[in-house]
Amino acid sequence: MKKLFILLFSFLTITASAEAPVEGGEFKPGDMITHHIADDYNWHFADGVTLYLPVILIDNGTPKVFSSSNFYDENHELVPYEGYMVSHGHIYRADANGQPAADQSSLIDISITKNVASLFLSVALLFAVFFTIAGSYKKNNGKAPRGIQSFFEPIIIFIRDEIAKANIGPKYERYMPYLLTVFFFIWFNNLLGLMPGGANLTGNIAVTLVLATLTLLITVFSGNKNYWKHIFATPGVPVWLAPIMIPVELIGIITKPFSLMVRLFANITAGHIIILSLFSLIFIFQSIAVGPLSVAFATFMNFLELFVALLQAYIFTLLSAMYFGGAVEEHDHVGDHGHGDGAHH
Amino acid sequence: MELVTPGIGLIFWQTVTFIIVLFLLSKFAWKPIMNALHERETSIENALSAAEKAKLEMQGLKAENEKLLAEARMERDKILKEASDAGNALVETARQKANEEGSRMIAQARESIENEKRAAITEVKNMAAALSVDIAERILRKELSNPQAQQELAKDYINEVTLN
Repeated sequence: MKKLFILLFSFLTITASAEAPVEGGEFKPGDMITHHIADDYNWHFADGVTLYLPVILIDNGTPKVFSSSNFYDENHELVPYEGYMVSHGHIYRADANGQPAADQSSLIDISITKNVASLFLSVALLFAVFFTIAGSYKKNNGKAPRGIQSFFEPIIIFIRDEIAKANIGPKYERYMPYLLTVFFFIWFNNLLGLMPGGANLTGNIAVTLVLATLTLLITVFSGNKNYWKHIFATPGVPVWLAPIMIPVELIGIITKPFSLMVRLFANITAGHIIILSLFSLIFIFQSIAVGPLSVAFATFMNFLELFVALLQAYIFTLLSAMYFGGAVEEHDHVGDHGHGDGAHH
Repeated sequence: MELVTPGIGLIFWQTVTFIIVLFLLSKFAWKPIMNALHERETSIENALSAAEKAKLEMQGLKAENEKLLAEARMERDKILKEASDAGNALVETARQKANEEGSRMIAQARESIENEKRAAITEVKNMAAALSVDIAERILRKELSNPQAQQELAKDYINEVTLN
């Protein structure tokens, strides 16, 4: 554990150099920040420490795999390679003049980008941590938890008791694997994103889109009779209102996970932008005097982001659980129809 | 706009990876962890309820002991009371008997005294009679030494007898 902290702090010392403008010339904070929070075909840890990641393209059904280092010349300038080129963070078919060609159809880019690499890293971490813990449970079966097991056990129990049981009810057990996975996936990736040089994975809309879609699919497929009845024949609402109510309820199905997607994306990205902006102040003012202030604020923001990392994972999990709970809820009381049903919107 | 446009590549990798992670973690991490937690909670709950039961049993035992003790105490008091009653009764009977015996003895004594008295009186009477007769004989012997007196007496007797 101590070693981990030392490693973490040694990374922190690199932060300053990582945040510095590398391209030379005039410093553009907007470009720097966008560059840091956006995806990339290589992983730039620090000056001179760049990991070129594999590019995977499916061009008209033909897979093409090559290193992204081919897109850079010795001066670190972008160059076309084998008829493809990178422009504004995307790969396009290049024409003879080195410009994106007019025909970009059926070119699918599934490269291992910085975010995908970070995703794999987080998955390796998740497996390492939770397979170890599962092993500990087998080893000290029935005994008190120890080590890393005792750190995660309260969290797992919290998710089970306070999130799943409290919001889903008796059928909570079916949703536990998803809730636990989504919680730890988001939390781990939020933290990895805070690491200097880390990718902004949970602050990428594609990732949050997939997570929110999974929540949506699970909600829709576990919806019981009451859930659908609530949408197509809301109890207590006159029939003539149905043309308004049904579309509203249908939109509601989509807006719930949509809010999940945007919330996680916006919170994490905003955190990154704030920290990077604070560091940019040093270079905007070109003064060492701003440094301590900037660092103080950025440190404070970093701590805040550590909290936000946990909070957003919690909120995503909690809201998912509430949506599942709404889908499997049973209305035992006949008299309950028509009043008190609007509470869980 | 770039920021809020999801990339196909990342969607693909995220979906594939997340589903694999979900599957593997569910099978090899969450399932054993949840089972172990559940097992441990059940065993703790059982242990607690067993302890509670034992406590209740102990309380029951204690109450029973107290009841037994109280019963024993009551029994002892009863026995003591009975013994004391019996003793009292015995003393009472003895006293009564003694009284009776005393009274009887007194009565007997009185009776014998009475008898003695009566015998003594009788003897005194007899003696007095004998003495009287003796005196009378001596007087008569002296009186009847002259014949006139004898006649007079005979005359008296005859007078008395003829009336019958």
